[in-house]
Amino acid sequence: MKAILLLLALVSVLTTLGIIYVLFQETVLFFRQVSFAQFFLDTRWTPLFLSKRFGIWPLVNGTVLVATGAMMVALPLGLLAAIFMSEFANERVRRILKPFLEVLAGVPTVVYGYFALTFITPILRAIFPQTQIFNAASAAIAMGFMILPMVASLSEDALYAVPNSLREAAYALGATRWEVATQVVVPAALSGIAAAFILAISRAVGETMIVAIAAGQQPKLTLNPLESIETMTAYIVQVSLGDTPHGTLEYQTIFAVGMMLFLMTLGMNVASHLLARRFREVYE
Amino acid sequence: MTTDHRRQTTDHGRRTTQYGAQMLEPNLPRRKAIGVVWEGVALLAILLGIAMLLTLLVKVFLDGLPYLRPQLFTEFPSRFPDKAGLRSALQGSIWLMVMTALLSFPLGVGAGIYLEEFAPKNALTRFIEINVANLAGVPSIIYGLLGLGLFVRGLGLGRSLLAGVLTMTLVILPIIIVSTREALRAVPASIREAALALGASRWEMVRDHVLVYSMGGILTGMILALSRAIGETAPLITIGALTYIAFDLRGPLDIFTVLPIQIFNWVSMPQAAFQRLAAAGIIVLLALLLTMNALAIWLRNRLQKRW
Repeated sequence: MKAILLLLALVSVLTTLGIIYVLFQETVLFFRQVSFAQFFLDTRWTPLFLSKRFGIWPLVNGTVLVATGAMMVALPLGLLAAIFMSEFANERVRRILKPFLEVLAGVPTVVYGYFALTFITPILRAIFPQTQIFNAASAAIAMGFMILPMVASLSEDALYAVPNSLREAAYALGATRWEVATQVVVPAALSGIAAAFILAISRAVGETMIVAIAAGQQPKLTLNPLESIETMTAYIVQVSLGDTPHGTLEYQTIFAVGMMLFLMTLGMNVASHLLARRFREVYE
Repeated sequence: MTTDHRRQTTDHGRRTTQYGAQMLEPNLPRRKAIGVVWEGVALLAILLGIAMLLTLLVKVFLDGLPYLRPQLFTEFPSRFPDKAGLRSALQGSIWLMVMTALLSFPLGVGAGIYLEEFAPKNALTRFIEINVANLAGVPSIIYGLLGLGLFVRGLGLGRSLLAGVLTMTLVILPIIIVSTREALRAVPASIREAALALGASRWEMVRDHVLVYSMGGILTGMILALSRAIGETAPLITIGALTYIAFDLRGPLDIFTVLPIQIFNWVSMPQAAFQRLAAAGIIVLLALLLTMNALAIWLRNRLQKRW
């Protein structure tokens, strides 16, 4: 029985190997036809056009632009929410507020995409008339609210783990509640909060449906969030929706982009785990 | 170097005196007022999130209500919004959920039992644990690429429901493993010791005692994982689940579509009527999710034992 259970547990290892194998295999085929220089040094991404260019940076730019915007919403709001939940709210208030945040996190991403396109974008266009119908800002705002509960919940765990003796010591020295929260508890939980932040960024980078619906399909190098852009994930969706034959260069591009995406998120997830582990060792 | 150091010391000395002065005049009312204001700001952050959620729900309901009619459930998708429905998407979602549940339950729970009850503390176990944690953070669209390369092409399953089920199983496996382990961990050691003391083997102990007590928690985690699966869109788009399916699903090798993909398809249409259809689809999807979550909460309250 133990052996059977071990085999079931090994399915997860096989999954990882499968991901790496599939991505690697197609990426190698891709780089047989496209050089590293074309991929990393060009500034245009037009593999579906007649004159094909394979510079990855416009897609990375779009991804980073949306993720940055989402973090401007999710990180401050999430951290404030966590501070309130952990340091100020009593049990009754927590029991009322918590389910709302859980529902906010449980809404499918395609719903957030709909909301971004049909509600946030019209508001943005009313305020900034030059806003394009598909734009990075709208997707970023919706994504920020989607990720807020995750930041709040992980940061709250980190704050909650700070021992009470630290709080009591600060109170004894005459600090107010807010001073204790921000000058003692938050610094003590900093590595846990940083781990939560990194995980949130990784989540934003890998998020697909919101950007596929609301952010557009125009890969370009821009810092203007009111313009239409394309993220790495949205490009994979765009190619998947068309009927791209297996074995063509277009088919291989989504695996090369996927490999880039996988490496970026993997790096951030590992960094987050290392930070979180350091933080656990201090207080347990 | 030395001068610098001395200057720092003087600076530091001056700062200490400043603190000293502050201590004589702590200005407590002002500091408390600042605290209260910020506390309000922090509460506002949560309320802003909740306001966003309520706005989203109201917006979706107002948009979708006119199209929430019987045809929505009985008709296939169509070029004409008045004739279009979710029939094939609902069938696809329900089939996908049931088959994914049947496949992922033994896989996830088995892996969870192994890691929690049987695994020796060695390098292999640590490796599996780190691996599960990392898989939970892999973007779901990457699972779609895996499914495309492995199930659609590699195993030659094509764009079938089975390929979708296998892909979705891998997406939710880490969630099930983690929640199973938590449920098992909640069973006190005394139960295990009692069973072992009476001569049960390790597997008998798990099967007849630990699993029985933790089943509430395991099922709750299972339902929550499935509610993730039912809203997940990206991996199924990548493996090529189609949107225009105008026939009933007959078996696991048929091509298929699901609710969120049909919604995505309607959102992408330029006509306003299709946007409203998408909103109606979203209402159906949210209602389904709400039912599952209510079921999970009910199960948790009913089956979970407090020690």
